[in-house]
Amino acid sequence: MDFTLKIWRQKDAQSQGQFKTYQLTGIGADNSFMEMLDELNEHLIKNNEDPVHFDHDCREGICGTCSLYINGRPHGPQKAITTCQLHMRSFKDKDTITIEPWRAQTFPVIRDLVVDRSAFDRIIQSGGYISVNTGGVPDANETPITTSKANNAMDAASCIGCGACVAVCKNASAMLFVAAKISHLAQLPQGKVEAESRAESMVAQMDKEGFGLCTNTGACSVECPKEISLTHIARLNRQYYKAKQASDYIPDKEEIHEG
Amino acid sequence: MSMKFDSKTPGGPLEDKWSKHIFDIKLVNPANKRKFDIIVVGTGLAGASAAATLAELGYNIKAFCFQDSPRRAHSIAAQGGINAAKNYQNDGDSVYRLFYDTIKGGDYRSREANVYRLAEVSENIIDQCVAQGVPFAREYGGLLANRSFGGAQVSRTFYARGQTGQQLLLGAYSALSRQVANGKVQMFPRTEMLDLVVVDGHARGIIARNLITGKIVSYSAHAVVLATGGYGNVFYLSTNAMASNTTAIWRAHKKGALFANPCFTQIHPTCIPVSGDHQSKLTLMSESLRNDGRVWVPKTKGDNRIPADIPEDERDYFLERRYPSFGNLVPRDVASRNAKLVCDEGRGVGATGLAVYLDFEDAIKRIGRDTIESKYGNLFDMYKQITGENPYEKPMRIYPAVHYTMGGLWVDYNLMTSIPGCYALGEANFSDHGANRLGASALMQGLADGYFVIPYAIGDYLATRSYDMVPTDHPEFLKAEHSKNT
Ligand code: SF4
Ligand code: FES
Repeated sequence: MDFTLKIWRQKDAQSQGQFKTYQLTGIGADNSFMEMLDELNEHLIKNNEDPVHFDHDCREGICGTCSLYINGRPHGPQKAITTCQLHMRSFKDKDTITIEPWRAQTFPVIRDLVVDRSAFDRIIQSGGYISVNTGGVPDANETPITTSKANNAMDAASCIGCGACVAVCKNASAMLFVAAKISHLAQLPQGKVEAESRAESMVAQMDKEGFGLCTNTGACSVECPKEISLTHIARLNRQYYKAKQASDYIPDKEEIHEG
Repeated sequence: MSMKFDSKTPGGPLEDKWSKHIFDIKLVNPANKRKFDIIVVGTGLAGASAAATLAELGYNIKAFCFQDSPRRAHSIAAQGGINAAKNYQNDGDSVYRLFYDTIKGGDYRSREANVYRLAEVSENIIDQCVAQGVPFAREYGGLLANRSFGGAQVSRTFYARGQTGQQLLLGAYSALSRQVANGKVQMFPRTEMLDLVVVDGHARGIIARNLITGKIVSYSAHAVVLATGGYGNVFYLSTNAMASNTTAIWRAHKKGALFANPCFTQIHPTCIPVSGDHQSKLTLMSESLRNDGRVWVPKTKGDNRIPADIPEDERDYFLERRYPSFGNLVPRDVASRNAKLVCDEGRGVGATGLAVYLDFEDAIKRIGRDTIESKYGNLFDMYKQITGENPYEKPMRIYPAVHYTMGGLWVDYNLMTSIPGCYALGEANFSDHGANRLGASALMQGLADGYFVIPYAIGDYLATRSYDMVPTDHPEFLKAEHSKNT
């Protein structure tokens, strides 16, 4: 297969970037998108040109390292996969493919297609954990957890921290990422203890990093490779509201239902 | 050159060794722990859990990873589960049975004392992970679910959908993040270790490259912990992540750390075969597929009809034929060797001839497509995504691939390499899996080493050391830096 690639090239965070066009021929349909870029880079290196920098590691859709805006969509045209799971057979021969980095002020470009997502790490550091030290914890089966809670927590916990939700959002909001972590922990009895203070501090950090406000457009969830649901944002709002209500205790809906 | 191999395994009965050792270990006074700096390289299960726990104890930690975030280490890719001798299923499991299975599975080549300790602390790991909020699968009554894995006769594997590695790593990453926030861990992402610095025979620091600026920088400490994974990527293609490049343990080896059992490499039988010259890596599919899939190749060489056109009596179900009592569920190494054998005979299938069929036609007839879909839906989707073929209609093609390395840096009972002050944890060391690792035991070992072994073991060494730091302009640092800059 032959492709025309329009790729964003940018030397570093300070420089102006621009698109550059490359022609690539004889790409196998079974190649992954990243292998296609590997091939491009081999040509560039042979011609003494600077290879295109892009992030990747596991290449099996789980580490969350890969990114890329492909033809105007994060992680490319298919639903529920990461860029590294995309294969060239999803494109037509002679297609023009436009490749850009994640676009968000909070994810500054480091070089070409590589961006800095360390804001996500700082949000987790601000409270995305349960405060336990190693050792001295109760037996794992001491606290039963309903399968529905465990499953919901697992749904939320499956976020891979790729940042597609921020990249696609017109406000560059990180709500889906933050909500996924808050919702994962808030649904488990172990995580409930700190649920409210966690929501408060993670939201504060999110604001401090400069992520935009959520206006419920829902593009994040549509483009999320792990299909993280918007209901987690609702749960975040509830936790946050509870925290803001100071000490007034408001039972959350699920507690009322489940007794 | 002769070297003394002293594993420093404590005496006494097997089951008392670890508790006796913990008691005998010299302690570092809590107020003095903050006078020691420890470098931890790698933030997978072993590294993140070690960094977090050592920081909780009061040590100052510098943690390094080449990824953009510590959450992305390759431990994340493990799908299947984590073993622990909890015996929650009341099916006869015990610390001794997990120990015994591990030793036997490893062909009696592992160090018994280390393995017994691993089985012992396996129980604490599950408690710890649940306390951190790892969303393990549960039964309707709310208790933890288990399954049996890799041919084990008891159900001792805990799992979190097909993402057990990811969820355990996120647990360790959260503990690590908490210590970063507390200022006890200084995190260096996008930084790759290039060399180990040894001063007066002791590991005293590392040389690392900042992968953004390219700058080479020296870091000094009182001990260095390598938790940098295995060496699977020395093979041209493996299932390891792209950047898992083996540099750290190789450099340590060049600096004098002995390497043990490098030939013990685990070849996983159910990987998606190579499709072309530009393939960058291989993808593993859970071997649970062999519970229902039948493995076969054509009986005659060079038979390139499509599978549906090959009649039953012209197919060779070679595992069922050669191992009638195990059938398709033979151990990993046996399945892998036999697949290679039939391909070497010229009976491999697909465009490259380097693949065998894994066929679900009979299983779909027997238990229905819906049941197959509920059991393996994700895997079938993944296969289709990568190959463009529909495994409900056409048999899957699989081929063995390098997946895990049991060998690694030689360590003593304290996980110290043959360089004093340099430790190796998780897949980077050699001690626990002998010649063959059991399924669902890699995650267990990484977390055992990081959460429960190194935090005690390192005190035995540090208690004998002075608080003085080696300055990074010491000749050994300068020499190592210089050799990297030229
Ligand atoms: S919520 Fe989805 S899109 Fe956002 S970081 Fe997590 S996995 Fe990526
Ligand atoms: S490279 Fe790991 S998710 Fe794409």
